[in-house]
Amino acid sequence: MDTGAGRFADVATAGVVGQDARRRFRRPRRPRDARRSFTITFILVVVLAAFLSPILRAALVSLKTPAQLSETNAPFLPSVPSTFAWEGKEYDVYIVPLPEGSRELALVKPGRQQSDFLDPADPAAGTITWQGSWRTLERAWTLSPAWSNYSDVWALIDFPRLLFNTIAIALIGMVGVLVSCTLVAYGFARFRFPGRSLLFMILIATIFLPGAVTVIPTYTVFSKIGWVGTWLPLLVPVFFANAFDVFLLRQYLLTIPREMDEAAAIDGAGPFRTLVSVILPQAWPVVIAVAIFHFVYSWNDFFNPLIYLSTKPELQTLAVGLQRFNGIHYRNPAYVQAGTLMTMVIPVIIFLIFQRVFTRGIVITGVEK
Amino acid sequence: MTAAPESAAVTVRSRRRLPIHGWHPSRLARREALWGFLFISPWLIGFLVFTLAPMIASLGFTFTNVSLAQEQPLAFVGLHNWQTMLGDAQTWASLGVTFRFALLQLPIAMILPLSLAIALNARALKGPGAFRVLFFLPYVIPFVSGVLIWQGMLNLETGWLNAFLRFTGIENPPNWLNDSTFIYPALVFIGIWGIGSAIIVNLAGLRGIPTELYDAANIDGAGWWGSLRNVTLPLMSPVIFYTLILSIVDVLQYFLVPLVINNGTGEPDGTTFFFNLYLYKTFFTYQNMAYGATLAWMLFLVTLLVSLVVFWSSRRWVYYAGER
Repeated sequence: MDTGAGRFADVATAGVVGQDARRRFRRPRRPRDARRSFTITFILVVVLAAFLSPILRAALVSLKTPAQLSETNAPFLPSVPSTFAWEGKEYDVYIVPLPEGSRELALVKPGRQQSDFLDPADPAAGTITWQGSWRTLERAWTLSPAWSNYSDVWALIDFPRLLFNTIAIALIGMVGVLVSCTLVAYGFARFRFPGRSLLFMILIATIFLPGAVTVIPTYTVFSKIGWVGTWLPLLVPVFFANAFDVFLLRQYLLTIPREMDEAAAIDGAGPFRTLVSVILPQAWPVVIAVAIFHFVYSWNDFFNPLIYLSTKPELQTLAVGLQRFNGIHYRNPAYVQAGTLMTMVIPVIIFLIFQRVFTRGIVITGVEK
Repeated sequence: MTAAPESAAVTVRSRRRLPIHGWHPSRLARREALWGFLFISPWLIGFLVFTLAPMIASLGFTFTNVSLAQEQPLAFVGLHNWQTMLGDAQTWASLGVTFRFALLQLPIAMILPLSLAIALNARALKGPGAFRVLFFLPYVIPFVSGVLIWQGMLNLETGWLNAFLRFTGIENPPNWLNDSTFIYPALVFIGIWGIGSAIIVNLAGLRGIPTELYDAANIDGAGWWGSLRNVTLPLMSPVIFYTLILSIVDVLQYFLVPLVINNGTGEPDGTTFFFNLYLYKTFFTYQNMAYGATLAWMLFLVTLLVSLVVFWSSRRWVYYAGER
């Protein structure tokens, strides 16, 4: 929080650019370098695969049927037990060990000592008799993702309603954050007033304040004025700025040269006018960053919607709706995992589109303080 | 905007000087200050209404018997709540749970992002941009989604972690979430997707280290380990310090994961009955505001104390370039 840290950050951001440029000119040429390059890249690929593998598992589970999930020897990929339709009847297909090797055959006449099978590839050839108990045989499976899990969850969780609530709360909050944080950041960045650095330090200190110490009176007051069970406790405080976004905006505004707002002031523009027509047009990268940060934060927030909307399922957001859904459908992991993926798809897409904005914002708030 | 004559401005200044040492405002300076306060007023009001007032109120609650239902008449009870809390076995048990978990979680929350950042910063690495994006990605996954995905991952029968352990020859892999020996490692796994921002912050810090220092270390005969110990770690210490303080505040407030995975029952064997969970239950389940507020202030004081100790120790291990 002193000048040392500030200088450090300048070097940090300069380093981001410098290193990328350097990398381009220093390709590993010697065999030792190539081997080293392969080793470190390979290790990181393995670590990354392990790090992201839970997403793959969730996707696979979400496409399985309860039948497959309860079967211990079921295949890895989403599948259903194979059946074979022949002359108007459905027969289960088993893996039958025959002298010439295992084959997938349809069980037409089960028996305790021996059973009759048909070859689905050539049913006209007649039945094949196999000695042994058919109950010891393993089922054959056909690859078949249960896409219907997603449409089931869509209806069961009332996804359109939750999606609307989540987006509405995120967007209204976004407006609140943008308006209030821009004003506050502008005040801290451009105006001298007594106690400015003290107030700014208090602002930053609120980042480190445990939320537990304020939640009880806040909840109590919201409860007394009848706001619990409405969106107001989630939306109103957002209109009073927050430390994280104010800091991000202020750091950016400090980099905008003062000459232009001084010129505007000489032309007779008031501070508001200067903010809207001189500062904001130059600050749009950070404004977008703050908007996206808030959108994702609001989308992922769990605690506030949980405490303020627990009695009103029709007003809840996806995060809380998903937790409630898990409480009801935890016996069907496919439904739960389909719900988790449906809940995370939008923030993940937003991140992939704006990933540079994310990393830059985190560097500013994380390193410069 | 009427331009007042100069003499009028002087009299106003002498009459209404603000009682702040060293601030002798001109009319222009006072106007500027007024605009400044106007612009920061949303935060100032928000801070007073949503942070300072609730903090004071919750401190006040600790000296009363206030509750949401308020069956008994409201009364001042002095230090009664604080005495009850200090004699309450659950307070210390929950605090112990929180500290035991922190002891495992904190080193991992510090070392893992730093190691990954060092690897991502290696010049030999191919495609560093893609790695950066993909390691950060889980950070934006909604909290509840992440917990439910990892809960499946750690499942005794169907989880991939145990599938991997069986594959490596471990016959009876642990029942992670239901075994009091393995619950904290399990919770660390669930929290592992939160390291994205720490990786980015560490990476930016690493890139701020001047390469000349590594060249100098090389000339002095330092190997990889020597450079790490004598260049990387000292120069990264401000970043490590910042990450540590944030992680401490986070870990001492930890309770949402157990709330999602077992509805806050504290299973197995009370090992997930974290301090903040006790506070949450006291207030939201038993609606005891006064005792909840006492627990909240206890948590605040503990967090403050631990942070101050770390701040105090930072003089010995955090290195700021250009100082002294």
